[in-house]
Amino acid sequence: MEQIHLTCIRCPRGCQLDVKIEGGGVLSVVGNACKRGETYAQAEATNPLRVATSSVPVTGSKLARMVSVKTAGDIPKAKVLEAVESLRGVTVEAPIAIGDVIVRDAAGTGVDFIATRRA
Amino acid sequence: MTNGYDILIIGGGPAGLAAAIAARDAGCASILVVERDCELGGILNQCIHNGFGLITFDEELTGPEYAARFEELARAGGIDFMLDTMVIDISADKVVTAVSRTSGMVRIRAKAIILAMGCRERPRGSLNIPGYRPAGIYSAGTAQRLVNIEGFMPGREVVILGSGDIGLIMARRMTLEGAHVACVAELMPYSGGLKRNIVQCLDDFGIPLLLSHTVVRIEGKKRVEAVIIAEVDGRGKPIPGTETAYPCDTLLLSVGLIPENELSLSAGIGLSPVTRGPVVNEVLETSVEGIFAAGNVLHVHDLVDYVSQEAAAAGRNAAAYARGVLAGSAGAVPLTAEDGIRYTVPQTIDPVRMPEELIVRFRVDNVYEDRSVSVYFDGKRMQHRKRSILAPGEMEQVKLKKGDLVASPDLKEIVFKLEEA
Repeated sequence: MEQIHLTCIRCPRGCQLDVKIEGGGVLSVVGNACKRGETYAQAEATNPLRVATSSVPVTGSKLARMVSVKTAGDIPKAKVLEAVESLRGVTVEAPIAIGDVIVRDAAGTGVDFIATRRA
Repeated sequence: MTNGYDILIIGGGPAGLAAAIAARDAGCASILVVERDCELGGILNQCIHNGFGLITFDEELTGPEYAARFEELARAGGIDFMLDTMVIDISADKVVTAVSRTSGMVRIRAKAIILAMGCRERPRGSLNIPGYRPAGIYSAGTAQRLVNIEGFMPGREVVILGSGDIGLIMARRMTLEGAHVACVAELMPYSGGLKRNIVQCLDDFGIPLLLSHTVVRIEGKKRVEAVIIAEVDGRGKPIPGTETAYPCDTLLLSVGLIPENELSLSAGIGLSPVTRGPVVNEVLETSVEGIFAAGNVLHVHDLVDYVSQEAAAAGRNAAAYARGVLAGSAGAVPLTAEDGIRYTVPQTIDPVRMPEELIVRFRVDNVYEDRSVSVYFDGKRMQHRKRSILAPGEMEQVKLKKGDLVASPDLKEIVFKLEEA
């Protein structure tokens, strides 16, 4: 059994949650003031997900020097740093539209980096 | 003087765009948005992280995407834009003076003006940190622009003073770009940022948040070499003997935002000493008739969705004013903030002119648990709503019903306060 500590982000109260995990499942959640804390702990303790964002240089654009990008969906929290690092050295050429794929399969997550601005 | 506009909006960020769209949709056919940058969207363009638009679009967008959606609506017709143009003066009779490289100086008359200039960051100069003036000290928003828009890294070894949302966001951003963020120091015993940002920007990367700590000295003559951080007592005074040196080349400041009201002052608009933005009535009109305000120029928001809502109301009201159908005010009831509530927006209400339901937004002055937000009409308690948590970093709101105000004859004052639950 493993015990982890989380801060609930469902409201500004920020309940300090103690979560007991075993075999990939949540055994118990302590410290939550409401039901939402338990749901948050379930997801965050077993499979925390994030959208990663960054920006990459663009050439040939009158609008911008950098194009902002995001993962097209959630990726595992543990992969965020690696995903953003995979953008190093990437330069794109204008024109770029919102939603254009910038890097495929970021850090082996199966999720693409897409542009979030035009350039 | 150029031909005038019915509505002139100063600022093409989220507030200006939402105001313009709402004014057009309310039937106004003569709208100009003046923006100093070369593109629309304002500060959202450098806020490349996600989390915008949960209320407006029911999905999490990045700042540029949220801006692009509003720009698309605004560009759909009926609205003129002047980019790369800086407004330098507003007169009380609603003549706006602006300058640009292409047009030189222009004067534009408007029937109604909407202030949507946003806010600016509190600079180092307002903090009284002793030491030299070395390179490597940036406001968090400046660093955000350098990294996300210009493509420069301001430094590699970073300390952040102040736990406002931009500071938290930049702690993560600098880390993702390969810098090391040693800590975020916060003078207050609580963070001024959103809880989700503390978890996802600091906890996710193991960056310590030092509450009740501040920078007492900056070392380095040409470039920052270290900052000295000390714990502070209950009154914010550094405690001798608690100093710790953090070697670093960069200090980011995230120590508060101030509504941008140089222009408002030139028009003679009355400002609130608490919000530092204009005092407004129930239609978001300032002390100068026909000049409205919305967004961060009015009071600093934490969610852009509320900026868009507020600005849309200002746009509709300005459209009614420009068309001559906004009834004159018959009398204003002042809203007073007491006992834990710092301010309200608006600050006055005309019960006859207010909409059926009016949102009053406010902030509290400390972290409170299990309190009630109470609203009194001349000493009579009208609302008493329990809140399990209230924090200065999170804007709150209460709805007032027109019926309640109209049913209270000779209403002199509406008081907002926190009470035991």
